[in-house]
Amino acid sequence: MRIKAQVAMVMHLDKCIGCHTCSVTCKSTWTNRPGTEYMWFNNVETRPGPGYPKEWENQDKFKGGWEYKNGKLRLKAGGPMSKLKNIFYNPDMGTLDDYYEPWTYDYANLINSPKSEHLPVARPQSMITGKYMDKPEWGSNWDDDLAGGSEVVPLDPNVQHLQEHIAMEYEKTFMMYLPRICEHCLNPSCVASCPSGALYKRDEDGVVLVDQEECRGWRFCMNGCPYNKVYYNWNTHKAEKCNFCYPRTEAGLPTICSETCVGRIRYIGVVLYDADKVKEAASVEDPQDLYEAQLDCFLDPFDPEVIAEAEKEGINNEWIKGAQESPIYKMAIKWKIALPLHPEYRTLPMVWYVPPLSPIMNHVTNEDELNTDGYIPTVDQMRIPIEYLASLLSAGDTEVIRKVLLKLTAMRVHMRSVNVGGVDPLSESKLLEEAGIDVETVEEMARLLGVAKYNERFVIPTGRREMDDDLYYQQGACSLEDLAPPEGVVTAPFERRN
Amino acid sequence: MEGIFWWVIFPYLTLAIMIIGSIYRFASNQISWVAPSTEFFEKKWLKIGSPLFHYGILLAFIGHVMGMLIPIEFYQWIGVSDHMYHFGAIYGGGLAGLMVVAGAIILLIRKMTIDRLRIHATFADWFSVISLIIVAGIGVYMTIIYNTTVVEYEYRLTIGPWFRSLFIFQPQYKLMLDVPLIFKIHVITAFALFASIPFTRLVHLYSAPIHYPMRAPQQYRSRSAFKRKGI
Ligand code: SF4
Ligand code: SF4
Repeated sequence: MRIKAQVAMVMHLDKCIGCHTCSVTCKSTWTNRPGTEYMWFNNVETRPGPGYPKEWENQDKFKGGWEYKNGKLRLKAGGPMSKLKNIFYNPDMGTLDDYYEPWTYDYANLINSPKSEHLPVARPQSMITGKYMDKPEWGSNWDDDLAGGSEVVPLDPNVQHLQEHIAMEYEKTFMMYLPRICEHCLNPSCVASCPSGALYKRDEDGVVLVDQEECRGWRFCMNGCPYNKVYYNWNTHKAEKCNFCYPRTEAGLPTICSETCVGRIRYIGVVLYDADKVKEAASVEDPQDLYEAQLDCFLDPFDPEVIAEAEKEGINNEWIKGAQESPIYKMAIKWKIALPLHPEYRTLPMVWYVPPLSPIMNHVTNEDELNTDGYIPTVDQMRIPIEYLASLLSAGDTEVIRKVLLKLTAMRVHMRSVNVGGVDPLSESKLLEEAGIDVETVEEMARLLGVAKYNERFVIPTGRREMDDDLYYQQGACSLEDLAPPEGVVTAPFERRN
Repeated sequence: MEGIFWWVIFPYLTLAIMIIGSIYRFASNQISWVAPSTEFFEKKWLKIGSPLFHYGILLAFIGHVMGMLIPIEFYQWIGVSDHMYHFGAIYGGGLAGLMVVAGAIILLIRKMTIDRLRIHATFADWFSVISLIIVAGIGVYMTIIYNTTVVEYEYRLTIGPWFRSLFIFQPQYKLMLDVPLIFKIHVITAFALFASIPFTRLVHLYSAPIHYPMRAPQQYRSRSAFKRKGI
């Protein structure tokens, strides 16, 4: 047993209102420098849709993540030898056009233009070339709320797997929001793809980082990450990615996207896992077994043996206590209502999603007489097809999704009977049994999902600084030093225009 | 006197700039130490130009090791006749040189014509590509045209021994005095190019990640093992 601690996140999709506040606060914190304009460490995409970058789930194109072939786990894009061979040209990597050309507007023209008959306009201007763009054609959330409709939706690789709904019939349309950050995977393929060894997973909290000094710009991480969450800074020619706001989490604060989340959909906490089991878990043959295999890597923070072993590894009391109170442990491991995004990529992602409920498609006619059991089949008639959610969250295993939706439905029905009444007693119903939970859990779930006070959503022990051996050297060190241009300096492309 | 400058002082000076400059930059400015790929902006032409150029350079490097570092006696000892050697050098070296020149020209045109690349290219970028084309272009001319039309010049008796003598610090500059002018220019421009390495993005040639296949796929790092690097 080799215990490591991981700071992880759960997003409760039911509550995401698609406001993009998370993206904006993340951007203004981390990616507002030249070279990073197109990067969204946090982005919110409307699904079904191609996402950002376009069609990132199309692994025939990007070759991200791992594959299990001939009894071996290997990088889908090829191992070290084939990477060295391709080092002068990476055939699988996306280009700026797969993301979008970032632009600003020529606001100065509104003030400086001479008197004229027509109102002056602020024309869009590329932030890469400084030139005017006649017609911006794509952006990170261009297809927000299904904009582009039947032209854009079929680009979603998950829709292509769906039997029904392909026609985008009006009565059958559905949508949901999917906020995405780096998954800080247990088996990160970005790390394994880096020829320089510049990417690494931190021992203390599992955050995956790029060492800006060691990165040489070989770019294999970009498409090596199946979630396309490593970005290439064209200004510094180095890779950058979400760093789980580690300067904040080390101080016990939630990431900026979570702190500012309007829907309060995000939860952060610690889980303990056995690093020795990771490879084995990523190597199970059937992709639909990956979810269970990943769950097997996690350790029970109340088990005295685990606690003793964790202490030996230098994980202190505060962290063990954090793991015991962790909302992630409850939602992902104990209640099993949060699921990993695309487990079939075999990276063992650590941002988990509670799938959203959606309105029932068929009219429930006899609502007054509807007994609690009547809610069981409704799960299969929800507007967002279970197959679609399964394609996102369980490698296509609809049973897993169905179970979660049943639990969430049971929770709603029970809370309705407690607060409003008018539902026959749950004790006489099969709903709880079918969902596999008890009343006590349901109430605990309702509190964490619905009431969700700040301190319950974010249980983040502070960084274990006492173990650092070089504090004096690190004092005042800034992670952006030398990377970001000095304040007030106008850099390319705009310096050249004037 | 002129001979001493070009064949003793100049090579040592340029090599010293290259070595000291590279070490200084490596120690002081890791942030700038990269392979400055523009694949993110354009990959159709890069797909042709970049592998052509880089594989050409690798071949040319091997060719130079064979011609400059390995003494002629070695070839005689293993029984490679002069004629056989030059036959191989003209075809192999010619091919490598053509690959380098063609690849670099594609990359240069690409840089000149595509807005996203041109606008962000620095003086150092232009300098590197253009001087590489010049050095390699002269090399190709020597190998393919001069060698076949003027004389099959035996540089393994002059330039080779002179080059090796630099490394034992007993430069035999006299060997270089009667070398054909075109060979002299190739050598001098090449040394000048070496001197420019630390000031351009060519530094990435030191960072070829050949250790990659040897390391474990997953990398864990502990914060307490924080490495103090050059200040
Ligand atoms: S999601 Fe994050 S940790 Fe996982 S492979 Fe991608 S960049 Fe790496
Ligand atoms: S801030 Fe929260 S609610 Fe708004 S889009 Fe982001 S995740 Fe969704």
